[in-house]
Parts: sequence; C-alpha cells; structure tokens
Amino acid sequence: MKPIDTTTVQSWIDSFANEEIYLHLETTNGAYASHFNENFFSAGAYIRNAQVHYEHGKIVGDGPYRVGLKLAIGWVYAEGLTHAMLDEEERLLMAGHDQQGKLAVALQISRTPFE
Amino acid sequence: MNIQEQKSVLVIFPHPDDEAFGVSGTIGTFTGRGTPLTYACLTLGQMGRNMGNPPFTTREELPKIRQKELLDAAKVMGIQDLRMMGFRDKTLEFEDDQKMADMVTTLINDVKPSLIISFYPGYAVHPDHEATARAVVRAMRAIPASERPTLYGVAFANNTSQKLGAPHVLHDVSTMREVKLSAMRAHASQTVWMLADLEKRLQAGDPEAKAWVETERFYIYDFDKDTVS
Repeated sequence: MKPIDTTTVQSWIDSFANEEIYLHLETTNGAYASHFNENFFSAGAYIRNAQVHYEHGKIVGDGPYRVGLKLAIGWVYAEGLTHAMLDEEERLLMAGHDQQGKLAVALQISRTPFE
Repeated sequence: MNIQEQKSVLVIFPHPDDEAFGVSGTIGTFTGRGTPLTYACLTLGQMGRNMGNPPFTTREELPKIRQKELLDAAKVMGIQDLRMMGFRDKTLEFEDDQKMADMVTTLINDVKPSLIISFYPGYAVHPDHEATARAVVRAMRAIPASERPTLYGVAFANNTSQKLGAPHVLHDVSTMREVKLSAMRAHASQTVWMLADLEKRLQAGDPEAKAWVETERFYIYDFDKDTVS
C-alpha cells in the first residue's frame, strides 16, 4: 500500500461509480484496548460484502483523508484513511494506519465479493 | 513441575499465535515425547491490526500471511495434526453456540484426548478467546465425569490472580526456550515488535522475562463449579 495520492484515488473511486459493488468497511481499536487501559471506551464497526451502488464518491482532507460515497438514498463514509492501492484483482483497498502501523479503519470496494 | 504424561492432547485456540505465547513450550514437550497432539485453530486471524510502517500487507492479504505463519509455527513445535477450522476472526461470539459446541464435540470424539488445552472462560480477555472457552466447556460437560478429559485453561485477565488465585499447574519449559521463541518468531506479523523488546530483556537477564518464557501457567477447570451459561 502507498500513502494516498488524492488525484489517483479520486480517479479510482470514480471508476466504480454507478455500478453494483461490494463494500468492506471496518473501524477498530483492537480487542485488547480496554485490557491495557480499563478506562478506554472501545468501539468499532464491521461490514463485509455489503452490496451497494453509489452515484458518486469523493476523497477530501489534507491527510489523513475522508472518503464519502453517496448512495441513492443514503451514505457511506470513512475517516482517517492514509494508504490506498488498486490490487491485482482490481479492488480499491483504502486503509488508515496509526503511527505504530496498526490498522484503524478500512474502506474497500470490489466488483466481486471479498473472500 | 514435571509435565504429566498424557495419552493424547487437544489444543483449541481461535487465533494463529494464541498457542505461541503461553503454550508452545508445553506443546513442544508433548510432541517431543511422541504424545499425539492436535491443534485446532479456529480462525486465520484476519483482523490482525499490525500492518507495519510502511505497511507490508493489506486487509485482504493478511490472512494468507498468517496461515503461512501458523504452518511454520506448527512445524517448529513439531505439530503433525494441525486443523484450520475456517472461522472468521472476531466473529466467534456471534456464531451459533450449539454449532460451536458441536464442533468441539466432533474434535473430542475424533482425537479422544486425555488433556484439552484452551482458554479459561471469564478470564481470557478477547471475545474470541471467551467464545472458544465457552464452546469447549459446553462440549466437555456433556461427557460423563469419569470419562471427561482434564481441561487446562489459559487465563490472563487483569483480575485473574485476585479471583482464581495462583495457577494450578506450572510447567517448567526452560528446555523448550528456543522452540518457544521460534514459535513466536514464526508469527512475525503479530509478534515482531513485542519480540524485539522481549529478546532485549532476556539478553539483559531480566528475571520477569525469563520466568515468562520458561514457565507456562494453567488453571484446571472445575466442572463441579461450572459457571458457563
């Protein structure tokens, strides 16, 4: 994965607009966050292979970046994205890694279901 | 404490690397003696968070890396019967409880263990560890007491010694030190940062680090005081 170049990522986001896509969206602090700090309020969310169709999508911010996808009657967005790539299966993988290199958020778009 | 002889051993953990930290010395001892040993690893640790800086992998590639690491670690520990059970990381507590218990029952019927090693319910911190521990207990309590294998549970919640007291079983695995370190090294995607610190402390002769590597601690689950729902 490479640090996000917004022009490139914007063109990748555009390439999936207006078709049926599979979406992976995840945020996490890790399962041990409140083991190491009992005052830590641990929260996360995970959606895998949601089938959606977006009218348009946009990447904004100065880094870490935010990506929003406008659906016919709703929205998907993710905040804290730092890295992206189009993988060999032509899937758009975007992720936000913290200073230690730990995954904090992932937003991924594919024309075929994720494994 | 000498490690008791067993007819056969069944190790059940949810994540590749769970076995490395607390049990690899014990596993190495059994495989070294020629005791039949099966390790059932329920997931491929798909939700691991260490991606490196700069990132060395992605959400989609990580499971393949962790599967390879698991195979390498099994080799280091001399495990001949490694079973990858095909569940997804961080979803075990949402699976059907009966289905989970049945999976464990099938393993028990197949392996016929005299000892089962897993997590100790209520003291295992991670939701997948707890779900695994519950499934093991639910499967085992259906077995008549006279035929039931012993269950060694790994417990590491912050309140463990306060609530459960001292571990019931301490294994001296000092002769397995290299096996244990190599098993941890095999799971590099998860352990490389932690190991750098540990190996520095071991070299400096830190007694706490030495004790941690050379001793493995278990609590025996008492089915007469079964607290799993």
